[in-house]
Amino acid sequence: MFEINRRRLLKAGAALSAAPLVSRINPAFAASLTAGFIYVGPRDDYGYNQAHAEGAAAIKDMDGLTIVEEENVPESDAVVKTMESMIQLDGASLLFPTSFGYYNPFVVDTAKNYPDVQFRHCGGLWTDKDPKNAGSYFGYIGTAQYICGIIAGHMTKSKRLGFVAAKPIPQVLLNINAYTLGAKSVDPEITTQVIFTGDWAMPVKEAEAVNALVDQRADVLTCHVDSPKVFAQTAAGRGAYVTGYHTSQAKLAPEKYLTGAEWHWATVYKMFAEKALAGEELPNFVRGGLAEDFVKISPYGPAVTDAAKSQADAVKAEVMKGGFAVIKGPLKDNKGKEVVAAGQEYPESAIELEKMDYLVEGVIGSTS
Amino acid sequence: MNTDLGLWAVPIAVLGGMLRVSTPFLFVSLGECVTEKSGRINLGLEGTLVFGAMAGYGGSYLTGSPWAGVLLAGLAGTLFGLLHAGLCSLPKVNDIAVGIALMILGTGLAFFFGKPLIQPAAPMLPGLSLGGWSDVPQLRSALEVSPLLLVGVAIAVCLLFVFRRTRVGLILRMVGDSADAARAMGYPIIPVRVAATAFGGFMAGIAGAYLSLYYPGSWNEHISSGQGLIAVALVIFARWNPLACLGAALIFGGAGALGPALQSVGVTSGYYLFYAAPYVLTLLILFLTSSPRRALEGAPRELSITK
Repeated sequence: MFEINRRRLLKAGAALSAAPLVSRINPAFAASLTAGFIYVGPRDDYGYNQAHAEGAAAIKDMDGLTIVEEENVPESDAVVKTMESMIQLDGASLLFPTSFGYYNPFVVDTAKNYPDVQFRHCGGLWTDKDPKNAGSYFGYIGTAQYICGIIAGHMTKSKRLGFVAAKPIPQVLLNINAYTLGAKSVDPEITTQVIFTGDWAMPVKEAEAVNALVDQRADVLTCHVDSPKVFAQTAAGRGAYVTGYHTSQAKLAPEKYLTGAEWHWATVYKMFAEKALAGEELPNFVRGGLAEDFVKISPYGPAVTDAAKSQADAVKAEVMKGGFAVIKGPLKDNKGKEVVAAGQEYPESAIELEKMDYLVEGVIGSTS
Repeated sequence: MNTDLGLWAVPIAVLGGMLRVSTPFLFVSLGECVTEKSGRINLGLEGTLVFGAMAGYGGSYLTGSPWAGVLLAGLAGTLFGLLHAGLCSLPKVNDIAVGIALMILGTGLAFFFGKPLIQPAAPMLPGLSLGGWSDVPQLRSALEVSPLLLVGVAIAVCLLFVFRRTRVGLILRMVGDSADAARAMGYPIIPVRVAATAFGGFMAGIAGAYLSLYYPGSWNEHISSGQGLIAVALVIFARWNPLACLGAALIFGGAGALGPALQSVGVTSGYYLFYAAPYVLTLLILFLTSSPRRALEGAPRELSITK
């Protein structure tokens, strides 16, 4: 009952507040579109949310497009309220809830309730069973992490890399594995020590994790948390090299920053916005990597050696041709079990990679 | 080059964590200890802490001096303390409810004013190296402490002395234990409580500045993750004894470092369980030290939670 009442109240409120504007809105309505962006943290966090906000900022000035944004929306019922208010109060017809935990059940359920609104979620795995007005997009950043791993493999002296990760979900595991495999392609002796902090934004634990990794002689560190700012500053402060994630953290550690795996969401948002403005149908399942310009690699830092650069550039050129597989057999997990048989290859677009539940040989850590 | 430590890494990391992470707990709990001794409880210190973190970072960034940031954070904290004290001095106002309101106000204001401060990098507080005698680089880095921690330890000892041996301490305890007695003796109750709450706010502000200017040393909206609330609970856990507050803060800091340290030496499964260690430890100590005969020893009688 409460649900229905609240919705009615919101609708009534929206109608009332919109009433004086009707004459102003209507003429432009045909070619205009409001797109809503929902972030789980602050927009300028040197990380995940900043990457999305930069993508949103890139399409802000498109003709006929209005952008509404909301930050700090938790992965809970709160996102449903935010989506409903964007739809009913702001008239948004295209929503980008950008955090992984929004998808199921919140985005899926809301999409069922609002069949006229398009939902495109970042990171979720859209399948045929999900509503047709929902969808998901993501970038194959694992391949970029592989190339960062090559750089890290060249730069490490102790043969130990450190990885500060939030939660053991498939995308994080893929990044850890790709990073490790990249480093191992330089020297098979290299290991990656991973520490899970348990959540996406735990500044104190992230700093503790960096300290613990450096204490264990890791000398090149990377991370997969929402905001790598604390991570990058602490690691550089302890004298370790840093490879970044989400966006470039070069400004925070100019001497110690080697390179990084960055998102380039502007490509994706531009595509969606152009299709929506032209009245075309939006694709439900969108993926792309380095070749499609969905992700990019930070410019190399001053410390990176020429040998590292040339191997990384060679692999990058390979990737740009398409069909490059980071995960290929024979591959064992770190418990000794064979996870990919000899001869089998999973290029970055393989759907199996989005269900990854293992850490490869060479990673010190556990998924549970 | 760091040396290989094997399992020794765990105690070293716990020691390092103790020294790095405990300072905010220590400052907030010492301040709250004084506030509660006067018979008021200020739950809003979480908000004060977050606001202090923002004010300290902003002050350091704008003036270029981290110590100016610390001072600004302390002043902002004092203002929050005075606000709480002022509101609670009105008749029939519940200090717990005001505290919760101020917690939300403090975090909200900090997020609002802190928006432009997430990106820039402010000058950080310097650290003191106490590990120069050791050849082990890990130990040296674990013994890199902030001067604020030493100040906090000194304050803890001073407070114990003030509570036990001085006139000011006696008045404070009397106001907190029996307002009637204080009134009969002719001591002003409200000014004492206002001063005690302002001191609590000041300490929480400094604690915030430590978070944003020393460790982890960055301003963002997740910087506190509930440390202010935990510190308020630590006061009860420490039975209103400043030295016990120091111990409790160190335990919490060290236990927090246990999870990452164990993962780094290869104990990788069950890390969610290790992250719960500080809380399990609290429950255990409370359970072991509880007694049906001498319940809440040291608790100020005027406190609304014990009344």
